[in-house]
Amino acid sequence: MQKRVTFNSRTLPYLLVAPQILITLLFFIWPAIQAVGQSFQREDPFGLRTAFVWFDNYIRLFGDPFYYHSIQITLVFSLLVTLLSMGVALFLATMADRVIRGATGYKTLLIAPYAIAPVIAGVLWLFMFQPTIGIVAYMLDQLGYDWNYHVHGNEAMMLVILAAAWKQISYNFLFFLAGLQAIPKSLIEAAAIDGASPTRRFWTIIFPLLSPTTFFLLVVNIVYAFFDTFGIIDAVTSGGPGSPGATNILVYKVYSDGFVGLDLGGSSAQSVVLMIIVIALTVVQFRYIERRVHY
Amino acid sequence: MATVDIRGVRKTYAGLAFETIKGIDCAIADGEFLVMLGPSGCGKSTLLRMVAGLERITSGDIAIDGRVVNELEPKDRNIAMVFQNYALYPHMNVYGNMSYGLRIQKLPKAEIDRRVREAAAILELSDFLFRKPRALSGGQRQRVAMGRAIVREPSVFLFDEPLSNLDAKLRTQMRVEIKRLQQRLGTTSLYVTHDQVEAMTLADRLMVMKDGIAEQIGTPLEVYRNPASVFVAGFIGSPAMNFLPGRVTADGGAVELTGGVRLATQLTGGLAGGEDVTVGVRPEHLAPAANGAAAPSGNEVQVAVDLIEALGADTVVHSRLDGTEDRLLARLPGSVTVTPGMTLTLTVEPGALQLFDKATGRSLSARS
Repeated sequence: MQKRVTFNSRTLPYLLVAPQILITLLFFIWPAIQAVGQSFQREDPFGLRTAFVWFDNYIRLFGDPFYYHSIQITLVFSLLVTLLSMGVALFLATMADRVIRGATGYKTLLIAPYAIAPVIAGVLWLFMFQPTIGIVAYMLDQLGYDWNYHVHGNEAMMLVILAAAWKQISYNFLFFLAGLQAIPKSLIEAAAIDGASPTRRFWTIIFPLLSPTTFFLLVVNIVYAFFDTFGIIDAVTSGGPGSPGATNILVYKVYSDGFVGLDLGGSSAQSVVLMIIVIALTVVQFRYIERRVHY
Repeated sequence: MATVDIRGVRKTYAGLAFETIKGIDCAIADGEFLVMLGPSGCGKSTLLRMVAGLERITSGDIAIDGRVVNELEPKDRNIAMVFQNYALYPHMNVYGNMSYGLRIQKLPKAEIDRRVREAAAILELSDFLFRKPRALSGGQRQRVAMGRAIVREPSVFLFDEPLSNLDAKLRTQMRVEIKRLQQRLGTTSLYVTHDQVEAMTLADRLMVMKDGIAEQIGTPLEVYRNPASVFVAGFIGSPAMNFLPGRVTADGGAVELTGGVRLATQLTGGLAGGEDVTVGVRPEHLAPAANGAAAPSGNEVQVAVDLIEALGADTVVHSRLDGTEDRLLARLPGSVTVTPGMTLTLTVEPGALQLFDKATGRSLSARS
């Protein structure tokens, strides 16, 4: 039986949750309401005149080929970041699961990138791949490859995908490792006695049993790739190169259209669309977790 | 069908200073049911896992059907194992669990289906073939684990405490089922347990283990009647055997207990008079003396009763040897009236005394 903590005072509980509610209201709810409001308005660049334009911003948004381009590259970007970071994390987790000696050391090293801020991660990769001073760019040059992500859109995309995936590997690794360690050893032993090779054991026993973890991470990673990669894009490519920007993913477009292009109404409309996407993803995740099968 | 030979097997885990298995020899005949019995940490599961190929053998050999399997993978040993937690694949239904190994062997579909349905029929699982393990009761899961072992038609069954997760009633029931199944299939079986009742009822032969050593290997009755050591004597039988300090008399024909009581025994031949021994007597080998018995006949003891447990058919009497602090447990017929506080004269069944070396704990029966 769970013990319920009861408060004698009626105000104390409210007082205790007040800071969290305040922060949520101030930094999440209020800006969200503002964004919804602004998405129905049009403002001149100097903020002197504002006009209520109904759904005009949305209509213009969905008639804009640049916006569809951004959706397209966002999908490619998110898909590749998710696959890459989850794939590598799963591989590393299966390896780390077998390590007996020095396991803590490995794990700490693998988890470390998670503590790095997105911008720093971006700069780190930037320095390695910078066409004129980067060590990797130099090596590619030695191999006769003309590497310049300032010019080639695909290379820019590849670089931000690498940087974004790299940063998320640690997080995925932690969850996969925990998932792996929750699988009873005797199951693997039973499969070994049943004659399954290590590869077969992985695909027929371990991977299916990891599926709740995998699904959870899938949603988290998509959300990450959609929204939390702003810092990396900003530091490495600033949405470029070219026009429409080769790495101008939705969340970056909100920023560049709003704060660089000063189209606050259009930018707000984009924010609202993104908000709907993240709400949808969260609903999927919560509903699934509620119904999640516990073996 | 196969024999299993365990020859001088030792096991030291990396990083541990001591040996987990300290040299065990045992030849298991074709179709035999060998039970490895011992307290937690005695190495019984380790030994089983070495036969399975899940643990490496540090030294010695394990041979299945005459072929040394030390370096063989578990899958190449033609064994099947039933785990304590059943180790059922939770994402597969009963049919999937039972057929997993066969599908890997790439047997024809019809053959797989025949074997699975046959095993399911034997184990009364036919109605549950398409259920997931989590929708089954403990007893049913246990049977699926057995089924998974049976369908592979292995030459050796390995059981690692398969009943310890079941409640007492189900355990008794499954024990009988396992025994019946093994008799029907005639497959050589190695069975690990810490439950002596399970061991006694299932085993053709018992291996009683302690601290990585096989203290005694023998049929259940041999082990019960002639325990090789104080440890074995105390582990087998319920309630446990009484142990009393004693000394061999000068003439060598009896042992003298602390209170001065003498018990005649044939076992002391070869023992010097005055030698200290541990005297063992099973509670069920004590009987109330007939009223008005004549002078002590050399097989009677006086005890002060301090607690009784009336079990109906039997009454377990807790008592002290008169005039001493040595405790004595007696299992008397339920018809005998005993009350706490009374003094009782008990007769020791002739030939039921066991003598053990006080220092080593080994049985002295072998010496006579």
